[in-house]
Amino acid sequence: MRLLTHNMLSSNIKGVSNGFPLRIEVGKVVEKQVDFNADFLRNMFPKIEWKAFVDAAKTVGYAELPEEVDSSALESEEFLNKFHHALLELHLEEGALVCPETGRRFPVSKGIPNMLLHEDEV
Amino acid sequence: MSSRPELQAPPEIFYDDVEARKYTSSSRIIEIQANLSERALELLALPDDGVPRLLLDIGCGSGLSGETLSENGHQWVGLDISQSMLDIALEREVEGDLLLGDMGQGLGLRPGVIDGAISISAVQWLCNADKSCHVPKLRLKAFFGSLYRCLARGGRAVLQVYPENIQQRELILRSAMHVGFSGGVVVDYPHSSKKRKEYLVLTCGPPSVSTSVPTGKGEDGESSSDDESSGDEENQTVCISDRHRPKKKQKITKKGRGRDWVLKKKEQRRRRGDDVPPDTKYTARKRKARF
Ligand SMILES: C[S@@+](CC[C@H](N)C(=O)[O-])C[C@H]1O[C@@H](n2cnc3c(N)ncnc32)[C@H](O)[C@@H]1O
Repeated sequence: MRLLTHNMLSSNIKGVSNGFPLRIEVGKVVEKQVDFNADFLRNMFPKIEWKAFVDAAKTVGYAELPEEVDSSALESEEFLNKFHHALLELHLEEGALVCPETGRRFPVSKGIPNMLLHEDEV
Repeated sequence: MSSRPELQAPPEIFYDDVEARKYTSSSRIIEIQANLSERALELLALPDDGVPRLLLDIGCGSGLSGETLSENGHQWVGLDISQSMLDIALEREVEGDLLLGDMGQGLGLRPGVIDGAISISAVQWLCNADKSCHVPKLRLKAFFGSLYRCLARGGRAVLQVYPENIQQRELILRSAMHVGFSGGVVVDYPHSSKKRKEYLVLTCGPPSVSTSVPTGKGEDGESSSDDESSGDEENQTVCISDRHRPKKKQKITKKGRGRDWVLKKKEQRRRRGDDVPPDTKYTARKRKARF
């Protein structure tokens, strides 16, 4: 799972009012190269919760992102490269996602988060 | 196939290691799923600007449908309930991110972030109650409600489905309309029992010029003459039934409900957190046939 997906995911356990962002527990992180596409990055930028994204990147060991940005950053090639790398090339391979409200752990194995809820969580 | 897989076992049991591999090694299945996915992507009608989008593949299985999305340059996130199917997807090194999850429990995604969604041959599974705690109607509601929320305004979802019968088709369609989607069913090759395929084409968010207001339509007493028009059946390609809410409801509202009723409904929807246009002196007024 990439940070792109982490930034979109939220815990939907019954009764949880704010399930975002899921806290990341790192077991293993892997890097996979992805073709750079500035258009995609520009399209995604407004939808990213930036603070959660920066925190997630730090958690998986990448601290190059600026704490604060506005859309003018999208003019900078240097910024786009970092954004691209953090968004699409870092995978949480093993570990867990933890619901910020309930502490419920969603295990991540082989890069796949198990988001299945128990009967009493639906 | 002698019997529908949906009737044999729950999906996470039916699609075990053996079935997942069998499914994904059949060149016939690979080709069919690729064609269905191409068509679904076409019906998504994303802007033709070459910009890659973030798409969702619901019931992504071993990634046959997602592969079509990748080939067209898009990024995607796939959700499936079968670990065995996802394992094959990993083996095939699909480019999308994968989630193990049950669409009937609702999609845990932030509001408004997904540019479009496809689902190929999966949603009819929700019509079965595989566990004592399963109520198909509620699971469909949870699914469509969460799908509606996570899509960007004006975003579309195209779901290719194999309903078992008319009741299932109605149940699925009604559940989608109920959470606020507008849209309808597109049927390809309606006259061929083998090639016939149907797609729910759903649009969310504020109506564009071409799609009239989902709330306003039935509720302001305007009759909807455009429902159930059966596209171009002649050339055997597509027949479209464009509807905004279940037929039954439209019939009732044809006679026209009063302004009070409309105001009440709008208030209810506001409380649910929906985007509802403000009340004005024009609310619930009968419209002229043409502007
Ligand atoms: C016929 S396969 C299609 C897979 C893929 N879309 C394709 O085109 O090859 C149907 C898939 O739907 C999945 N499915 C069924 N019910 C589901 C549910 N409630 N939530 C998520 N996935 C489900 C099954 O596990 C299976 O992988």
